[in-house]
Amino acid sequence: MTPAEIRAAIIEILETIAPDEDLSNLDDAKEFRDQMELDSMDFLDIVMELRKRYRVQVPEEDYANLVSMQSTVSYLEPKMADLPAE
Amino acid sequence: MYDSIIIGAGMSGLAAGIRAAYYDQKVCVLERHYTIGGLNSFYRLRGRNYDVGLHAVTNFTPPGAKKGPFARLLRQLRMKWDDFGLSPQLMSSISFPGVELQFDNNIDLLRSEVAKEFPAQIDHFDRLISSLLDYDDLEQKHFEISTRERLQEIITDPLLVEMILCPIMWYGNPREKDMDWGQFCIMFRSLFLEGFARPFDGVRLILKKLVRKFRDLGGELKLRTGVSQIKIDHGRAVGVVLDSGEELTGKNILSSAGAVETFKLCETDEDVHAHTTGQLSFVEAISTLDTYPRELGHNKTIVFYNDSEKFHWERPTEDFCDVRTGVVCTPNNYCYDEKDGELPDGIMRVTALADYERWRNTNQDNYQAEKTKWFEAVQASAARFVPDYRSHVIDTDMFTPHTIHRFTWHENGAVYGATRKWLDGTTAINNLFLCGTDQGFVGIIGSIVSGISMANQHLLARS
Repeated sequence: MTPAEIRAAIIEILETIAPDEDLSNLDDAKEFRDQMELDSMDFLDIVMELRKRYRVQVPEEDYANLVSMQSTVSYLEPKMADLPAE
Repeated sequence: MYDSIIIGAGMSGLAAGIRAAYYDQKVCVLERHYTIGGLNSFYRLRGRNYDVGLHAVTNFTPPGAKKGPFARLLRQLRMKWDDFGLSPQLMSSISFPGVELQFDNNIDLLRSEVAKEFPAQIDHFDRLISSLLDYDDLEQKHFEISTRERLQEIITDPLLVEMILCPIMWYGNPREKDMDWGQFCIMFRSLFLEGFARPFDGVRLILKKLVRKFRDLGGELKLRTGVSQIKIDHGRAVGVVLDSGEELTGKNILSSAGAVETFKLCETDEDVHAHTTGQLSFVEAISTLDTYPRELGHNKTIVFYNDSEKFHWERPTEDFCDVRTGVVCTPNNYCYDEKDGELPDGIMRVTALADYERWRNTNQDNYQAEKTKWFEAVQASAARFVPDYRSHVIDTDMFTPHTIHRFTWHENGAVYGATRKWLDGTTAINNLFLCGTDQGFVGIIGSIVSGISMANQHLLARS
């Protein structure tokens, strides 16, 4: 998966978690927490969805990498690069 | 073998079930009644739909709000704001003899009413609001300190103290006379800083959506499936014995049956905290009218009334009911969407305090006679605070503490549960947890949040 495809995959997960949210204006550099008010349980759900959908494991000590779209994509890039695009 | 066994298919049990099912657990929700809902259920009688419990969904926040318990639960259940179909209230009031405070879903109305009726108290009232905004409901520090003492430090007019306490105690205080400060702060926010709303179709809409979600995710809901025993082996819960005698095994058990009710199911010597059993129960007199309440000049959503300067929040000791204080709910008086139109009938629901023991112990004939008698007394009491609708009644129903106990199995018919709460949901048995009313959150949104957070903390962390 390319970084753009990984981003699209994250957007899909966020859409499931917050179906009312308009994600078209998401600022990739800003923290999810500030833009969407996500709390720690929501992050756990993102991690769970990554595991369910892509078999990607995010260990607890790496959760800090998931703060914004930018940091999430760069963190996941090496883990998801070998996955085929959907 | 289940990953999680959940006792009770009310708001909290179903919400917990959804969370467990999202995490691919093998999970079942067991309900003794033939229908879902628990303390917030519904029924049909003589062709009409009735809600039990739900007067108003509190914690209402408008679409787009990202903060607060309602927004949080939507994300956790992956539901849309529209799924709850909530329409906000018109306007409500706290009515005492000669003085009334109106409020709606914007705190400015209540503030201006306090400024008008209690001009010397408005700065104190503002101070109260900022002090309860400071209360951290996640940390739960000082949860159990006295609300009356705290309020008297801030508000110096005793009448205003009673008027503030009346609606808040009515909508969720399990303790007699006084209230836990933590509970007060949470409730004040949910009533006055967030607000009231109702789905046009009532509580059944929310419950049915929860059940559908749970089943779609692979969860098993078993109705008419009471739990008669929680099996304990070497300090661990290993499963449950059903009323039918069948046994189910599970890794974790989450119970919304109530704390004392749950401990009684366990075959241990644990003190079941008899003294913490709630004492407060209610009757509700429900009237269907031949007209809409607004045609009689009644435009309020909820009226909390009390007929003297002192508000008495106690189990009645002298008689079957205490009608000095009550709540009038008018389900017609919400801002429903135009496409929904009007509810089919005008409805007035009046709730009053009642003594479980008297209702429980009276014989069948006398039970009916007392019901008739107290239906009249409750309505007469309410008619002092809302337009008198008694000549317009075309159908009635009434529930008593005995009814509540019969369908929810909550001790004493105590709607708000035990007088102490198990805020972290843990018990002496390390894989048995509590959610729902006795964990500490009340109301529809509160119960759902309880189920979600207890499942997150105790069921998911261990899977």
